Amino acid sequence: MIAARAAAALIVGFARAITAVRGIWQGVAPVPGQRIYFANHNSHGDFVLVWTVLPRALRRRTRPVAGADYWLTSRLKSFIGRDVFNAVLIDRNPDTRAADPVTQMSNALTAGDSLILFPEGTRNTGDQRLLPFKSGLFHLAAQNPDIDMVPVWIENLNRVMPKGAHVPIPLICTVTFGAPIRLEGDDKATFLRRAEAALTALAPIEKA
Amino acid sequence: MDTHFIILLGCVLAVLLIATLAAQLLKRRAPPGDLTIQNLTARINAWWVMVAVIALAFAFGTAGVVILFALCSFAALREFLTLTNTRAADHWALVAAVFIVLPLQYVAVGMGWYGFYSILIPVYAFLFMPILSALRGQSENFLIRVSEAQWALMIAVFCVSHVPALLSLNIPGYEGKNLFLIFFLIVVVQSSDVLQYVWGKLIGRRKIAPNLSPSKTLEGLVGGVLSASVLGAALFWITPFTIMQAFGLSLVITLMGFFGGLVMSAIKRDRGVKDWGHLIAGHGGFIDRLDSVIFSAPIFFHIVRFYWDVH
Repeated sequence: MIAARAAAALIVGFARAITAVRGIWQGVAPVPGQRIYFANHNSHGDFVLVWTVLPRALRRRTRPVAGADYWLTSRLKSFIGRDVFNAVLIDRNPDTRAADPVTQMSNALTAGDSLILFPEGTRNTGDQRLLPFKSGLFHLAAQNPDIDMVPVWIENLNRVMPKGAHVPIPLICTVTFGAPIRLEGDDKATFLRRAEAALTALAPIEKA
Repeated sequence: MDTHFIILLGCVLAVLLIATLAAQLLKRRAPPGDLTIQNLTARINAWWVMVAVIALAFAFGTAGVVILFALCSFAALREFLTLTNTRAADHWALVAAVFIVLPLQYVAVGMGWYGFYSILIPVYAFLFMPILSALRGQSENFLIRVSEAQWALMIAVFCVSHVPALLSLNIPGYEGKNLFLIFFLIVVVQSSDVLQYVWGKLIGRRKIAPNLSPSKTLEGLVGGVLSASVLGAALFWITPFTIMQAFGLSLVITLMGFFGGLVMSAIKRDRGVKDWGHLIAGHGGFIDRLDSVIFSAPIFFHIVRFYWDVH
């Protein structure tokens, strides 16, 4: 427990030293309350940055959703994933999984926790801004209609640590929180499109 | 030496105290929530912190000053690189710039090894970084990427490191007093910034470069540079210079500071940002506060080295 606390402080301190990360609360305020934060996914450090800019009181009750296939493959990773960040670890392979990911996430919400999730399902290492969202976000919204879903745009972390790099270069990162959305009777495709649009609206305009 | 420092620190604290009191008075008169007053208060508070940090570094002598400016360089480099067009192919070149070149530069400055720190960046780093980038085989925007990364090093590391490098100058009859050169440089250049702003607000009419920096006026420039140079002349007793020399050097460094601010504004305009960063409340980023020192430090260093240093 103490080791996990110390590791969390160390990871957050390191993230701050490299990225000077700043949270921009554009559409919501950083106040207590249950939420589902959904963010763009470029790097393994994404949830660390979101977690870093959350106020301490919110941090303790906010759990990242992450792939068990990555975070359980070594003792260090599972210590960080499970003990430090208390991640909801899901098996992304439908053939091998024992529990339904949406049920796992809903259970965490029922227990009173907030979630950080990456609806693209995998890291985006290409040139597109956003990969198409997986349907999990819609099912989660359908099962938990009273919980705000907050879009979160993480900027620059992919440049700090491009794919395959092991040493980060220091660049300033920002984490922008947009106005929350909810399922308002729309069907799956409409809702996912709306969620994607809410997220890309937070991205800075690309310069030629 | 120590009494001089206490007198100077007392003067700086008195100025800050007066500024704080004046801001409190203005706050009472202004409508609540006035943004200009809020920014002014934030700026003055940040000045208290900056003065405390610099005084602490001075108390630790050469090592303290070198470490302080190395950290400033790191923060400035982080801000500069954030606005550049670097690609994944430049990753190793940038890693080398941040984690090898920057520490090496400051170690050499700390050792007073002029022959090394004056060429490490413009010769070795400038040749080896493009080599590292080219090895990755991505030619798109190559010249732009290389130039931007090099200029980031030039501005954020090479120029900034010339502030602590003043400690290694060897001036006969001035032994052990080199910290005062740093004090002189920082106080003259920074007060020129403040005074340009004040003069500009009071009588500023003719804008110098409205496209780059709408707040810079000819009246502000002349008033600020002249009054800061008078302040510099008044500080001659802590320097190896005569009154006139102190005035002339102040004129040079305040003008360089002004043009430094103009150049950095041009970069910000080009990249569509208002500030370089957000770490110093009221001031923006490290480069926003350092820009005038960045441009004046190497020039000040070399003039003093040429005319006063025995080498």
